[in-house]
Amino acid sequence: MLKEMSLVKLTIDGHNVEVPAGTTIYKAAKQLDIDIPILCYMDLKDLNIENKPGGCRICSVEVEGRRNLAPSCSTDVAEGMVVKTNSMRVINARRTVMELILSDHPKDCLSCAKAGNCDLQDMAVKLGIREIPGQEYAEMSTYRLDTSPSIIRDLDKCIMCRRCETMCNDFQTVGALHAVNRGFNAVVAPAFEMNLEHSPCTYCGQCVAVCPTGALTEVDHTGKVIAALNDPTKTVVVQTAPAVRAALGEEFGMEPGTRVTGQMVTALKQLGFDYVFDTDFAADLTIMEEGTELLVRLKKHLEGDENVKLPILTSCCPGWVNFFEYNFPDLKDVPSTARSPQQMFGAIAKTYFADKIKVDRKDLVVISIMPCLAKKYECQREEFAVDGNPDVDYSISTRELAHLIKQANMDLNKLKEDEFDAPLGESSGAAVIFGATGGVIEAATRTAYELHTGKTLEKVDFEQLRGMDGIRSATVDFDGLDINIGIAHGLGNARKLLDEVRAGKSKYHAIEVMACPGGCIGGGGQPLHHGDASILKARTKAIYQEDEGKTIRKSHENPYILKLYDEFLGEPLSEKAHELLHTHYFDKRKKIFQV
Amino acid sequence: MSKYSMHLLVCGGTGCKSQESDTIAEKLKKELSKQGLEETVQVIMTGCFGFCEKGPIVKVMPDNTFYTQVKPEDAEEIIEEHVIKGRRVERLLYTDPETEAHVEDSKHMGFYRKQLRIALRNCGVIDPEMIDEYIARDGYQALGEVLANQAPEETIELMKASGLRGRGGAGFPAGLKWDFARKSEADQKYVVCNADEGDPGAFMDRSILEGDPHSVLEAMAIVGHCIGADMGYIYIRAEYPLAIARLKIAIAQAREYGLLGNDIMGSGFNFDIDLKYGAGAFVCGEETALIHSMEGERGEPTMKPPFPAESGYLGKPTNVNNVETLANVPVIILKGSDWFSSIGTETSKGTKVFALAGKINNVGLIEVPMGTTLREVIFEIGGGIKDGKKFKAVQTGGPSGGCLTEKHLDTPIDYENLVANGSMMGSGGMIVMDEDDCMVSIAKFYLDFTVEESCGKCAPCRIGNKRLLELLERICEGKGEESDLVRLRNLCDVIKDTSLCGLGQSSPNPILSTMDNFPEEYLSHVVDKKCPSGVCTDLLEYFIVEENCIGCTACARACPVGCISGERKEPHLINPDTCIKCGACMEKCKFDAVILK
Repeated sequence: MLKEMSLVKLTIDGHNVEVPAGTTIYKAAKQLDIDIPILCYMDLKDLNIENKPGGCRICSVEVEGRRNLAPSCSTDVAEGMVVKTNSMRVINARRTVMELILSDHPKDCLSCAKAGNCDLQDMAVKLGIREIPGQEYAEMSTYRLDTSPSIIRDLDKCIMCRRCETMCNDFQTVGALHAVNRGFNAVVAPAFEMNLEHSPCTYCGQCVAVCPTGALTEVDHTGKVIAALNDPTKTVVVQTAPAVRAALGEEFGMEPGTRVTGQMVTALKQLGFDYVFDTDFAADLTIMEEGTELLVRLKKHLEGDENVKLPILTSCCPGWVNFFEYNFPDLKDVPSTARSPQQMFGAIAKTYFADKIKVDRKDLVVISIMPCLAKKYECQREEFAVDGNPDVDYSISTRELAHLIKQANMDLNKLKEDEFDAPLGESSGAAVIFGATGGVIEAATRTAYELHTGKTLEKVDFEQLRGMDGIRSATVDFDGLDINIGIAHGLGNARKLLDEVRAGKSKYHAIEVMACPGGCIGGGGQPLHHGDASILKARTKAIYQEDEGKTIRKSHENPYILKLYDEFLGEPLSEKAHELLHTHYFDKRKKIFQV
Repeated sequence: MSKYSMHLLVCGGTGCKSQESDTIAEKLKKELSKQGLEETVQVIMTGCFGFCEKGPIVKVMPDNTFYTQVKPEDAEEIIEEHVIKGRRVERLLYTDPETEAHVEDSKHMGFYRKQLRIALRNCGVIDPEMIDEYIARDGYQALGEVLANQAPEETIELMKASGLRGRGGAGFPAGLKWDFARKSEADQKYVVCNADEGDPGAFMDRSILEGDPHSVLEAMAIVGHCIGADMGYIYIRAEYPLAIARLKIAIAQAREYGLLGNDIMGSGFNFDIDLKYGAGAFVCGEETALIHSMEGERGEPTMKPPFPAESGYLGKPTNVNNVETLANVPVIILKGSDWFSSIGTETSKGTKVFALAGKINNVGLIEVPMGTTLREVIFEIGGGIKDGKKFKAVQTGGPSGGCLTEKHLDTPIDYENLVANGSMMGSGGMIVMDEDDCMVSIAKFYLDFTVEESCGKCAPCRIGNKRLLELLERICEGKGEESDLVRLRNLCDVIKDTSLCGLGQSSPNPILSTMDNFPEEYLSHVVDKKCPSGVCTDLLEYFIVEENCIGCTACARACPVGCISGERKEPHLINPDTCIKCGACMEKCKFDAVILK
């Protein structure tokens, strides 16, 4: 591989540059601060994801001696290469190709979900497109609109960048999206052109997160939230997931990683929510249930019970739950039965809390603010409703919340900080770190360790469980008992660990899986990171900072949790807890192919 | 073969088979057995003779008599007259259009005189379903030679020296390609034969596979030996059932003879071949798309590098050659590189097979030395333009090629000359047009094809070709403006300049070449709103020929908009401004006085 290491000299726009062999022209130009426009290309460096189909041809450049133009994103440099990125031939070609792309793109930017946040719109501005020749007689490719519980596919807006395919197939190994049909009729669709609901889609939303246009967007529920807030007969409760506070500020121009917990609470109160609670409360509850479940299984295992299912798998990520229900239905009794924090919250809000404030569950509306699109699907699951009334009525994403706040003439930058309401607003630091990969298992470890050993942890930070590697493993000493922990984020990584479990070769006692890169902070409902992994790192940092700042950092020390068990649930894994806080899984293949 | 004194070769190519050549062969056999001659005269179903215009063909050997347009009911006469009495059946002989004399010996037919059949050497000669007949024509000798006496490097050098270039279109030197694949280090390599022939009207590769499948198998084994591969695949369109059937038979026979499989000819070299079917996507002729399709992925091209020679099928080094390229290989090895490179031009060696089609007298499959002129091909081999019309243009290279005109007729055909004149060799389609063809419509026809066949991966090809087609449609409908011609050319240039693969990089060629060679025709369409060839119906007007009109008033009475005027018994006149082109007048006129112009 000596060749790979060698340096290559070339000229770009008259400037000399030396880069390692194997570098693309696009990256070499970046070193010279020459910003070649890109559209389909996407580089998620820290996640080892690169989408470079060479499809849009916007990044084409002139290479001396070459017959045609070269796509700079996917053409490697060569010794002595002379590149022009701004010759009139290049500029004309780039404009013409852009006009072609726009000629087959709807012009309804005014009401498009991606307006103002659209790579295509930005490119049109950058290239100074003012008119599209022949638009009046140009046929547009059209495709039926596909609305699922979480994601809307409006393929008229698709520019065939194939980023969604890369995320869905290469990163997530879900395989719900692939190009079908030919030429002008080519679209990205599930197999046999089924709708998403009848595909292996997990609703992780990573396709939405990378889509450069409005072709893939979340189902917008802000209208329903406004209607609920506007209805005087309803009491409206809101819960906010931990990852939201670490990213919401970006929608208001703040630096990635700025924590806006207090400002967010103020905004929600001003919007008119009757009670502003924290999903983190339910995260502490999850740890009580899931941690206890782990200890029970562990105990049985140590006692020689060969039927006990280990490793235990976390179950708070709905994209991940959808994934194993489809791909590993044979293992459906392996994951923890604990519901996700969103659903635990809903169940407690509509029972314990509804009783406390003496409101009928039908008049109580529970809204969740989530970094996630799969949560929209999760809250619609039949098993999470009582007589048709869902525990969580609507789930909106971080992006949708930002829209709501902006609509209410508020600037998060200018808002004062406020506190969550009691009793469902209090949480430990352990709950906050649910938002980052490794956080759930770290939170569980803090509690399980103390409950198992009866000792107090000297240091609650388990650094070995943190990080951005796709698959991580660590061994934690439970006072002489080695507990092997596996962590995966990204479903492709999860698949590897699950294949080991299926083969009976897994060395782990517990595995945490998050569907999205970096965990919930990189969720499909978060502000778009446009492929910049440094943003994910900044959000992660914010999450751990919030944990550090908390006085209570272990779930089992949250006084409101203890009170809840005392007043209502009894103890973890009690009958009541099972009824309200646990669930069961399905073979999703059977469900979705009942067409 | 020696026990027979006479052979009746019946064409078993797809064209002749579709006209009952199977039945002809059966009837011939039946007649022979009726006469007790089945031991003396043999009937053989061969591959294509090439002269499809006059099929079905029956050729009598050893006297070379060439019967054309034979029908099953002619079998009896052929046996009784020719076989028994030794008299040729005159009415079935080919008639020379100039001398109007019957041509007895195919050697003297204009269609064959200038041909040199190397790739097609066995087509129309042997029974493709009999390996012994291939072996009798020196088949598998080249493989034996290579395995016994040549190091792979020597064979590669020989191929390089021969100057053989890829016949699939791009014309990349075959020896060099093998060399790259040989030099790629890997535990497994593959040989792939590209039989995804997709140009409209082209059937060069199909004819070779149907007529001489073993030549391709032998060549693939030779490539395998050269590059270090033990497995080969033929990627063939599922729409070629006859070629597939014959390949399957050939592979089975070769395995049986130990010419495929393990330890071929005791040399220790292992090589086997299997078929992979394509679903008829034109773009799968592009080698990266072809490989993806073989892998079960969507058949769309990817950026090169990496070249298949480095990372091809299943990520392993893969050498992809076209059928015709491969068919040349065994002969080159046996006759030497000097022999092969003595044929052709400075840069293009050997011969090229073309599928002649369009407005030409002798539609069919021909093989000529590189350097033959278009004039020789069209007027001597092709027998000139049908119905005595005037030659207008010839499209070479299929939908990726361009239209060449009168002024190019004396250009010797080779890779460089065709490109220099705005067309390309392509895989060998050659479609001839006459004065009745509208060049804008021709360009539109090809664009229609590329729009249909674009895979949709890159924007310029996916959207750009569609826009080109829309512009051409508007021009043909009389809605075009002069500024559209500027836009058309710019779009063509940008699509060529920015498309990902060969399909988009060449799809504007039919437009550019017709714009260059027939600018006045485009201008008539957009400025005068006229189609000079009278093809674009939207640009035609109903017109009354004064001399033919007797003033019967039938047309005027039939006209629903009253746009026809004229006194009784006087010639009538159509007002083009109010005419709605319904055609009622033309239908009513009994004197051919109403015409479209």
